[in-house]
Amino acid sequence: MTADATPKREVVTGEPRRVRPLPRYRAQSEIDEQTALGDAYVRSLMRGQLRAGLTAFALLAAVVGTLPLAFAALRDTTVVWVVLGVAAYPLLTLLAWWYVRRAERNERDFARLVKGRPLP
Amino acid sequence: MSQSYTVTAVAVVVVATILVGGFGLRISRTTSDFYVASRTVRPGLNAAAISGEYLSAASFLGIAGLLLLHGPDMLWYPVGYTAGYLVLLVFVAAPLRRSGAYTLPDFAEGRLESRPARRVVSALVVGAGWLYLVPQLQGAGLTLEILTGAPNWFGAVLVAVVVVVAVAAGGMRSITFVQAFQYWLKLTALLVPAIFLLLAWQGDGRPAIDFDPTELSSRADHPLYATYGLIIATFLGTMGLPHVVVRFYTSPNGRAARRTTLGVLVLIGGFYLLPPVYGALGRLYAPAQALGKDADAAVLLLPDLVIGGTAGDLLGALVAGGAFAAFLSTASGLTMAVAGVLTQDVLPSRGVRHFRLATLLAILVPLGGSLVVSGMPVADAVAMAFAVSASSFCPLLVLGIWWRRLTPPGAIAGLLLGGGSALVAIGITVSGAVRSGWPHALLAWPAVWSVPVGFLAMILVSLATRSRIPPGTKAAMTRFHLPEALMPRARGGPR
Repeated sequence: MTADATPKREVVTGEPRRVRPLPRYRAQSEIDEQTALGDAYVRSLMRGQLRAGLTAFALLAAVVGTLPLAFAALRDTTVVWVVLGVAAYPLLTLLAWWYVRRAERNERDFARLVKGRPLP
Repeated sequence: MSQSYTVTAVAVVVVATILVGGFGLRISRTTSDFYVASRTVRPGLNAAAISGEYLSAASFLGIAGLLLLHGPDMLWYPVGYTAGYLVLLVFVAAPLRRSGAYTLPDFAEGRLESRPARRVVSALVVGAGWLYLVPQLQGAGLTLEILTGAPNWFGAVLVAVVVVVAVAAGGMRSITFVQAFQYWLKLTALLVPAIFLLLAWQGDGRPAIDFDPTELSSRADHPLYATYGLIIATFLGTMGLPHVVVRFYTSPNGRAARRTTLGVLVLIGGFYLLPPVYGALGRLYAPAQALGKDADAAVLLLPDLVIGGTAGDLLGALVAGGAFAAFLSTASGLTMAVAGVLTQDVLPSRGVRHFRLATLLAILVPLGGSLVVSGMPVADAVAMAFAVSASSFCPLLVLGIWWRRLTPPGAIAGLLLGGGSALVAIGITVSGAVRSGWPHALLAWPAVWSVPVGFLAMILVSLATRSRIPPGTKAAMTRFHLPEALMPRARGGPR
């Protein structure tokens, strides 16, 4: 655009005025506004959930990591057949069930914390 | 064995698949319905659908065949296929759903805000999907060849055609119904004959079964290393399989995604109690099979060998129908996932018509592959897709969800070094260039080293490129981990 060109007339308006609702809960608004405090809340939830996940995973890894060595030492194929063919599945399900309960409890506790209700 | 029963059973499964898919078509009205079933699938239905999709030819035929040949060490396959969902549950399920992405490339782009990262993930998803589709089609060819004498290519082509019709017509909503239906079909098809087989075994005076490995069990020069390689690949690879990931986006929220995964563990764990029964009885009643090449066919032939007569024919037909359900469901889920990536990242527009074109492309390439390459046990071929997924998508998902310092260059380096090296190792194994000793073991079961390579590359390169941390990381972490009810948008507040 050259310097002497007349710019086209434009209608200039402000941002549409919106009434922002007052935050009902302080912690919630901190998270919404992505403040440092809100970030700290999210980090605390993440830590709790990661701890739950790592606990379940560590338990799984410890058992599964030693089983092949144990089987190699035992040399009893019937034991392998029973442990891997049958017993493994209920144990995996049990561990998963424990994790789901723990993760959902973490989220409930967090919701209570954020909404500022007293803990029971 | 009577062929007419088998042909009837396979025909019924094929027609039922198309009919159930058509039922979905009537309610599949919007683009959202078509791709993700409008994100309203309940945990119960979704768990059955995920399980139906997941239990492939490798599960239905391959596990029993491997047990028959190589003994109880092969039980690590079904345990790994199941435990993979536990790892997925504890690290990925809810945050992945909350990320709001539809495919793995969507996740990569949403989290890393990088087009190049998206492209690398797309290429790997298509590669892993095709790698997984080849054995499904080969299994179909083998099944029809053994049971009806049809030429080997016929089964593969039949599955490809049905998948294109079912997927292209109805999309995700109908696939949800098809997959859920096929889980129960597969379970019935293994459970009912297994009961009769066990009764026949009881009637024979319960002869002892020799559980020890046979002479042929020199499957690996270093069996312990191979076992760990298999464990790592299956435990960590499940979360990145393209057809598994897509299903999580159909859950209404993160909590439902978790409960869905728990349901999946129950359903597939129940199913995996059955293939070992066939493997064990096969050792007793089909020793000739143990010496042959086609051990994958043991499940199909056992009813006829043990029970015989019309009852044996009928049960054999039931198993054949179930096997076909296995090929169809896994192949359609994978085709859906690969076609989704092709539509979004390769073809120009995102309309439903282009999706149908992509469907054709998604299945034709592995169909060609299955006709060219042959003679590998289906469970081994599937394990290779797991290894690629474990060394590329697992680091991307786990670090992307839990680590704030991941950068696009780091992610790309990890994907290429981890997934790429696993792909190269598999390529060398399949080509047959290295056949024995440690080099063979290391290349055939790459996950032991390629998974650490993927993780390390991602972490180290990310730390070296700190300035490239995506600006939206904080917001992404909040979205992944905050329960939906607490998210700003859900409450209608300011964004």
